[in-house]
Amino acid sequence: MTDMLSTGQQASIDRTRLIRAGLRKRHLSENIFKGLGLAAIILALGFVALLFVDIVRKGVPAFTQSNLHLAITYDPAILKIDPPPVRAAGQSDADFQAANLKWQRDLAMLNWNKVIEASLRAAAPAGLEIDAKALLSIAETDARHVVREMFVANPSLLGQTVEVELLASANAVNWIRGNIDRSLGDAQQQLSASARTLIDEFVANGTITNGFAWSIFTNVDSRSAPASAGLLGAFVGTLWMMLIVIVLAVPIGVASAIYLEEFAPKSRITDFIEVNINNLAAVPSIVFGLLGAAAFINYMHLPISAPIVGGLVLTLMTLPTIIIATRGALLGVSPALRQAALGMGASKTQMVFHHVLPVTFPSILTATILGVAHALGETAPLLLIGMKAFVAAVPATPLDQATALPVQIYLWQGNENRNFFEPRTAAAIMVLLLVMICLNGVAIYLRSRLEKRA
Amino acid sequence: MVPLVKGGTGNELPERPARFELNSEREIPMKTALYASAAVIALAAFGTPAAFAQSRDTIQVAGSSTVLPFASIVAEEFGAVFPEFKTPVVGSGGTGGGLKQFCEGVGENTIDIANASRQIKDSELEACTAAGVTDVREIQFGYDGIVFASAASGPDFALTPVQVFKAIAAKVPVDGAMVDNPYTKWSEIDASLPDQAIALAIPGSNHGTREVFEEKVTNAGCEEAGLPEMTEEELEAACTTFRQDVVVEIAGDYTETLARLTSNTDTVGVFGLSFYEQNTDTLKVATVNGVVPSAEAVAAGEYPVSRPLFFYVKGQHIGVIPGIEEYVQFFLSEQMSGAGGTLEAAGLIPQPAEKTAEVLAAFSAGAM
Repeated sequence: MTDMLSTGQQASIDRTRLIRAGLRKRHLSENIFKGLGLAAIILALGFVALLFVDIVRKGVPAFTQSNLHLAITYDPAILKIDPPPVRAAGQSDADFQAANLKWQRDLAMLNWNKVIEASLRAAAPAGLEIDAKALLSIAETDARHVVREMFVANPSLLGQTVEVELLASANAVNWIRGNIDRSLGDAQQQLSASARTLIDEFVANGTITNGFAWSIFTNVDSRSAPASAGLLGAFVGTLWMMLIVIVLAVPIGVASAIYLEEFAPKSRITDFIEVNINNLAAVPSIVFGLLGAAAFINYMHLPISAPIVGGLVLTLMTLPTIIIATRGALLGVSPALRQAALGMGASKTQMVFHHVLPVTFPSILTATILGVAHALGETAPLLLIGMKAFVAAVPATPLDQATALPVQIYLWQGNENRNFFEPRTAAAIMVLLLVMICLNGVAIYLRSRLEKRA
Repeated sequence: MVPLVKGGTGNELPERPARFELNSEREIPMKTALYASAAVIALAAFGTPAAFAQSRDTIQVAGSSTVLPFASIVAEEFGAVFPEFKTPVVGSGGTGGGLKQFCEGVGENTIDIANASRQIKDSELEACTAAGVTDVREIQFGYDGIVFASAASGPDFALTPVQVFKAIAAKVPVDGAMVDNPYTKWSEIDASLPDQAIALAIPGSNHGTREVFEEKVTNAGCEEAGLPEMTEEELEAACTTFRQDVVVEIAGDYTETLARLTSNTDTVGVFGLSFYEQNTDTLKVATVNGVVPSAEAVAAGEYPVSRPLFFYVKGQHIGVIPGIEEYVQFFLSEQMSGAGGTLEAAGLIPQPAEKTAEVLAAFSAGAM
């Protein structure tokens, strides 16, 4: 009996031991799995943080600009120009316009750099040896346009002296910020020694001050005056494209999803369509660019580099995403709702539009916003439809030439004045990321709000 | 559902109409939205081509990435100086790509001007003619130099075309016979060169730069290298076949070449003179045949690896797209591409004023 008991006890002890060992093994493997998962998350977050820190570190300085405060004298000895045309009695509109344009063009042909040079020399401390070229290298090249446009707006300035805030040149900014190692010798610096001395002098006496770089948001791209290059043109171009994407992709996408899910008979043809839509969603975006170039530009003769073409291409790209998301959302609606509606005598259309569709709104909205955010960052297809051109204007309509934010980043990245454009590229990336984060934030907010209501 | 309401009992009446109102309210925005989007789709499908039937009023330029910075500056200034014209739009795509677009035909969705860092080829001109572009006007507006540059921290290079050829060619002559390129270090080619591994980043074949590079450097070096007797075809192959192990062909712009230099500091890269001048803090330039590349040396014809820059104007678009003539005149004006002009500050090497006058006269006279 004791033997039996002891064998029984022995068996139970053995079993416990076996179970413990197995348990330990299972716990170990679970812990390993948890650890791997955690490591993966830390690694991923680490990379994201690295990227963000790098971009922010590089980009933040670009949000300040160096302003050059000068007293500009509209010296009649330099600006030999007739007074602006006055409209004579009986002169036709067209004649007056033509005379005015001619006056403006004559004005533009004057050597405005002489005016800038004179005021820079006046601002420089007495006794500093500096030649005209070095002086002019301190002010950005658009200074002469700023000064001229002030004169066009107010021709009575001739002979007067006014305080003007201009931009310091990109090379001056490089020197002030130390974008080019300040200890490098003359041969490796972009500015002459005398210009560098004068800039340091200007910074010390407050002629050059730092300010927030509104120019990034209010100016269009510029190559001749890099310090004044901004994102406005690209931003508006992107806005036009997104508008086209929303206006076209949402109704078409939702309508086709509703038809396929609710009305279309299940047949080989609809199966075939379904497979193809899923395939389309996986097609690389550059293919859509090629398609867009062939269909919209070569065949339909839409203008090159225009947001309308970009918008259409991005619409094609976003459509499958929206269709698939909407179909998924429709599938998720409980059959009870449909049957109840039909049972109450609703027609199929009423059932879909009054009962099923409102429930799916949050999902459709989220899918739309995410689709648009994806389209917003898309660059490859735009390169193929001529949207990487240099455009120095804000597109007034979707038919005007434009670039887009991600393409602007690409263009700035390739600019030859690297020392200046590296920070500016990072700044443009920050703006693009901010827009994306905002869009995604709106998507999350709307989703949680609408879901609560539903 | 309506008969149901009518048939309902009195108790339900106050509630039901209320729900129906709610439904019809929901219905109205839905329908408006549907109609609106239908209208927009119709507009997009039929409206836009019709809207484009009106004449384009912006000059469209594309082509060489070397000419791009110059053309962009002129475009910007043109927009500022001529208030009656819009700022021209300048695209890239390389000389070949630009001329291909240029020769696609005549009409508003084709470009007006093609930038080129070499002269148009006969084959391209034929393509143009075939597509109906019969009035092509050539404008030469200045020069550009190609330089060899290496990391600023590295040793100095004094190159000759022959040395570059020996570094780059797949097969080189050794003792009168062609053998696979045996050189791994510059010092093995010539004792005067640094003891540094050979690595070269050269422009890809889509660049106009590539042709000048081949013509002025490798072909010239090939001739000098004293190749053994062979047929013309073999000779051409020997001159233009580059080894793949140490030579990287860059299809992108010079920033990409520069990135290559930063990742492998032994690399010697080919850059435009103006790009080098903007990045003297990281780059060191090599002399070619003992001449230090500079604007003066190119203009004087001393520096061997330089080339004229061009753009081509579609004569048939003059008078259709406003401002083309003014753009050309403005581009060639003293204050833009002349000595001391805006483009010189951006790295262009101006051509003599007589040449410019000649070009302008030919442009006004008509087709080439």
